[in-house]
Amino acid sequence: MSALSVKDLRVEINGSQILKGVEFDVRENSVTALLGRNGVGKSSTLKAILGIYAHTGRVDLNGRDITKEQTYRIVQSGIGYIPEDREIFASLTVKENLSLAELDDSPNYELAYSLFPELKERANQRAGTLSGGQQQMVAIARALLNKSQILLVDEPTKGLAPRLVTEVADALARIAKNTTMLIVEQNLALVRRIAKEIVVMDQGSVVFAGGIENLNDEDFVHRHLGVSVRGH
Amino acid sequence: MDTFLLIGITGIGLGALYFLVACGLSLIYGLMGVLNFAHGAFLSVGAFAGYWFAVKLFPVTTNLSFALSILIGGIAGGLFALLVEQLVIKRLYNRHIDQALVTVGVSLVAAAMLGGWFGHDPLLLPTPTWWYNAIQIGDAFIPVDRLLYIGVSLLMLILFVIILRFTRIGLVIRAGVENRTMVQALGINVKLAFSTVFFLGGLAAGVGGVLIAGYSGGVSPYFSGTWLIYGFIVVVVGGMGSLGGSALAALLIGISRQYVNYYAPGLGDFVVVILLALVLIFRPQGLLGKVAH
Repeated sequence: MSALSVKDLRVEINGSQILKGVEFDVRENSVTALLGRNGVGKSSTLKAILGIYAHTGRVDLNGRDITKEQTYRIVQSGIGYIPEDREIFASLTVKENLSLAELDDSPNYELAYSLFPELKERANQRAGTLSGGQQQMVAIARALLNKSQILLVDEPTKGLAPRLVTEVADALARIAKNTTMLIVEQNLALVRRIAKEIVVMDQGSVVFAGGIENLNDEDFVHRHLGVSVRGH
Repeated sequence: MDTFLLIGITGIGLGALYFLVACGLSLIYGLMGVLNFAHGAFLSVGAFAGYWFAVKLFPVTTNLSFALSILIGGIAGGLFALLVEQLVIKRLYNRHIDQALVTVGVSLVAAAMLGGWFGHDPLLLPTPTWWYNAIQIGDAFIPVDRLLYIGVSLLMLILFVIILRFTRIGLVIRAGVENRTMVQALGINVKLAFSTVFFLGGLAAGVGGVLIAGYSGGVSPYFSGTWLIYGFIVVVVGGMGSLGGSALAALLIGISRQYVNYYAPGLGDFVVVILLALVLIFRPQGLLGKVAH
């Protein structure tokens, strides 16, 4: 069954057609990677699903139409979001950043702190003074506080040092075991590790949707993503 | 020395009034990006409400009646701000030019309506007998009203800080000033924060309106115009969305204006403009401002 179903999603910004009828499904209890070269509309797709970008088309969450709902309602209905570039609140402390994200009556701090114990130690530190990796931990942790039906994750390892990429990848792999996830990620090693399905986009449209095994095909990867099979 | 102290405290008192005008403007712009030209109307509505309450309900002005008229002015300013937000601004979020035009319209309509009701001549706000007294600090005789402005502004600052630091809605407001899109992406209805900020901004402006009516010798429908300009200057100098920045800028402007006017008569406003220009050139985000998304 589809946790998330996207049909004919179209976004226009300043006269430019960013998304041109995007369609795909994300299966329940599965990780789907949204792939493609830079600028093909992957992040815009996540933002349109969340209602951050005005759009036409239809988005269903577990069979319920959420297309017309406002962003905060969409998130409340069970979509967690880890944005590109962290977007943590720099002037707030780590603790405040996390407490802001609490929607459930009993937010799951246990999970967040078990993945990133460092955040507990830095609870009173201003988030703006954290390193990029630590900020990413805050961004991931706040999405994990609430029970989500699906997690939208946008380039979680972008700009991180290799050691932190491993740390974040380990955390995502652990989360992926029991969370439905749609992830935008350039790091193919991470994608292979956690995803079962892939959706490939090009110029605002979906050009391929299928199994993760396609990422082992040199020609496929080079044609759609412009990198080699082992590239990230 | 006594003159220096007198001017200094008068400058702080003036800065306190600027702060009451500017703090709401700053938070409203910082959170919502609304350049609110109707803020002067919040000031006027508060001042007229305070006046009406003092004159109609208390023929003899007492400390209690005066304190209540300040409170009523604040509540009236807050409710009027909330009304403007709900009826006008709410429909125009993210349409900044429309917002600016409409808020100018609201300020003109409010002034015309207040003029129709109360007339256009300045009306003297009844004040307690101690209003014109002075107390001695060192060799200086300080007018009591200056201390009242400072005290009330401090109370308002403390109220704002408590709300912003220790409540959930305050946390949402602080986060929203940085990045309101992300606040919504965390599942938070940021519009509730918008309304709260409008009410608080109107509350401070309304309280400021009553005090300014006392300071400037009366209240009239267009009396808030100059104060609104100074409010905008304070917001720009202090930094959009920064309460601390507004407090700092208000003090800086109030004090420097008073000293310069004393030692170089007539140049007080000029110094304020120079200060504004320097901030715009060297620190365009303001003294304590953040870059909002």
